[in-house]
Amino acid sequence: MSQGTYIKRHNRALQIYAVVFLIVLYVPVLFIPLFSFNDSVYVRFPLQGFTLQWYGELWTREPVWNALWNSVRVGAVVSVISTMLGVVAARAITRYRMPGKSALVTFIMMPLVIPGIIFGVALLVLMSRLGVPLSLYTVGLGHLIFCLPFAVATLLPRFEGFDPSMEEASMDLGENGWWTFWRVTFPMVFPGVVASLLLTFTISFDEFIMAFFLTGTDPTLPMYIWGQLRFPQEFPSVLALSALILIASFVLVFVAQWIGRVGLDQNKETP
Amino acid sequence: MTSPNAFISIQNVSKFFGTFRAIDDVSMDIGRGEFFSLLGASGCGKTTLLRMLAGFESTSQGEIYIDGQPMSEVPPHHRPVNMVFQSYAIFPHLNVRDNIAYGLRKQKLPKARRDEMVDEMLDLIKLPGYGSRKANELSGGQRQRIALARALILRPKVLLLDEPLGALDKQLREQMQLELRALQRQVGITFVFVTHDQEEALTLSDRIAVMSGGRVLQLDTPAGLYETPKSRAVASFIGNINFFRGTVRRNGGPTGAVEAEGLGVVPVPAEQLARPDGAPVLVAVRPEKFALSASRPADAAHAVAGRLKNAAYLGERSHYYLQIEGRDEPVAVSSQNLGGIGAAAGERGDATFWISWSPDSMVILEAE
Repeated sequence: MSQGTYIKRHNRALQIYAVVFLIVLYVPVLFIPLFSFNDSVYVRFPLQGFTLQWYGELWTREPVWNALWNSVRVGAVVSVISTMLGVVAARAITRYRMPGKSALVTFIMMPLVIPGIIFGVALLVLMSRLGVPLSLYTVGLGHLIFCLPFAVATLLPRFEGFDPSMEEASMDLGENGWWTFWRVTFPMVFPGVVASLLLTFTISFDEFIMAFFLTGTDPTLPMYIWGQLRFPQEFPSVLALSALILIASFVLVFVAQWIGRVGLDQNKETP
Repeated sequence: MTSPNAFISIQNVSKFFGTFRAIDDVSMDIGRGEFFSLLGASGCGKTTLLRMLAGFESTSQGEIYIDGQPMSEVPPHHRPVNMVFQSYAIFPHLNVRDNIAYGLRKQKLPKARRDEMVDEMLDLIKLPGYGSRKANELSGGQRQRIALARALILRPKVLLLDEPLGALDKQLREQMQLELRALQRQVGITFVFVTHDQEEALTLSDRIAVMSGGRVLQLDTPAGLYETPKSRAVASFIGNINFFRGTVRRNGGPTGAVEAEGLGVVPVPAEQLARPDGAPVLVAVRPEKFALSASRPADAAHAVAGRLKNAAYLGERSHYYLQIEGRDEPVAVSSQNLGGIGAAAGERGDATFWISWSPDSMVILEAE
C-alpha cells in the first residue's frame, strides 16, 4: 500500500472529533436565532410559538438605526484605512530587505494577542490626557489598531505569492513606480484587498471592548446591545438584532475568505 | 570614451553586495545588432550584469554606456532596453493582447494602430489568434514568445534575455533556439543573452563572454572559445577536453616543441609557444581531435597506442577511454560511428588501439 492512500484513508475518530468540535463551538450561538423567533419575552424552554414580532419591533426603533449607521460609518472608514496601511505594510515586508523585519512583523501582529481591555484602557488614558473628547473618531482609532494585523495577515500571502519580476517587467516596459502599482501590483493583489476590506469591516462592526472604553455619546451597535441588556423586556429584540449581526458577519467573513483565495495558486504557478 | 563601433560599452564595472563582489571590474564592448551571450555557472555574475544593463541593479563602480549614453542615472523605465525574464513575468490579470500592448500606453496611439501593432507581433511570434487567451491558458513556450513580443513591440535598442529557454523541455528548447536566432536576424536588435548552457550559447551567439566569480574569463566567438580556449577554466567549461601536463622544449631554434605526458615530444607552431625552455605548460586536446584506429596509421606523424578501458555508445558517436603509457588518467576519445572501427571497438572489451592527432589541435595553456 502506498503512503498516499494511507494518508488519504478515512479516519473515523477524526471525523467524529470534527463534528463534536463544531457542535460545541456553534450550538450555543445557534440558540440566539432560535429564541429570536420565540413568542415570549423569557428565554427558556419550551418554546412558546413562532413570531416575527421582535424583528418588527427592531424595524421601528430609531436608536437601533442610529447605532447601525454609526457602526457602518466606523467600519467603512476603519476597513479602508487599515487595508490601505495593510497594503503598504505587506508590500514593504515582502519587497525590501530591512534590519529587524521579523521584529516589525511581530509588533504589527501584537494587537492580536494583547487583551482588548488593555488597549482600550491605554487609549482611554491617552485620549483623556490629550484632552480629546470621546467620539466615533476615538472608537475608529481603537478599531484601526485592532484591525491592522488582520489586514496585514490577509494581504501578506498575496504579496508573498507574487513574483517580484512582475513589477520589474512593468518598469522595464516603461512604467514608473506609480503606474506599476496601479497597473500590475494592485490588480494582482486585488482579491486580497477585497478580502481585507470585508474582514476588517466585520471586525470593526462586531467589536465591543474598545468601543466600550472609547465611545462618546453615539453608540455603535454592540454598545447599543450592551445598553439594552439592562431591560428584560427588550431582550428578545436584542436576540433578533444579534441574530441579524451574526448572519451578516458569517456571510462577510465567508465571502472574504473565498475572495482572498481566488487565484492565489495561479500567481505562484511557474511556466 | 567608447570605442567607435561599440553599441553597449561596459567600462570597469563592479558590483558589491555588502562585501561580496558580484561583478569584479568587468569591461566589454558589444556591437550593434550582435547576438551576445553571457555564459557561466550559477553565481558567476552573469544575471547581475544583465540586471545592471536593465537598471534593476546599480553599478557600484564604473559606467555602462548604451548607444553612447551613460546609464547610471537612468531608471529602468527610461532605458532603451527591454528584458525577457527567466519566469517570463506574463501579467496574469491581463490577456495576451493586453500583455503585448502593455508598454504602449505612453505612446498614446489610436486604438486601431495599437491593435495593428499587436497583430503584427502575434504574427511574428507565430501565435495569431491567441490575443484573447489568459496567461494561465498558455504553455511555457507560448509564454516565452509572448514575453518576447511584449518586449519587441517597443523596438528597444537592446533586448536582454535572462535564461529564457531554461524552463522549456529539450525539444522545445532546440526549436526555440532556432526561432530566436531567426527572429534576431529579422528584427536586427542587439540581443544580450544570459545562459548557463554552453551548447545553447555556442548555437546562438555571435560572441560569448565566459564569466566566473564576477570576472570575464574570455570573450570570443563560439569557434574561438571552443578551438582556442585561453585558460583551463574556459577549456573545461565548454565541451569535453583532455589535459596533459607538459614542458616546453625549445632546442635553441625559433620553433619549438612541447613534451606532454604520454604523447611524447610534439612540435608546435611558434605563436603558441611564447615561453622559455623548460617552462611547465598544460596541453589540452579535444576528444574528437584524436583519430582512433585499430593499427598504427601509416600517414600520421604523431600516434600512440592505448588499451581500451571503457566505451560509451551515444548513437551518432561513441566515447572511448584509452589508457596510454606515461599518463595515469585515461584519454577520452570521441569517434563518429560510421561503421567499421567505431562499431567494433565498443564490443571488444580489452583491446589495443592507436590514437593519432595533428599538432594544430593541441592547445597550450598556462600550467597551474
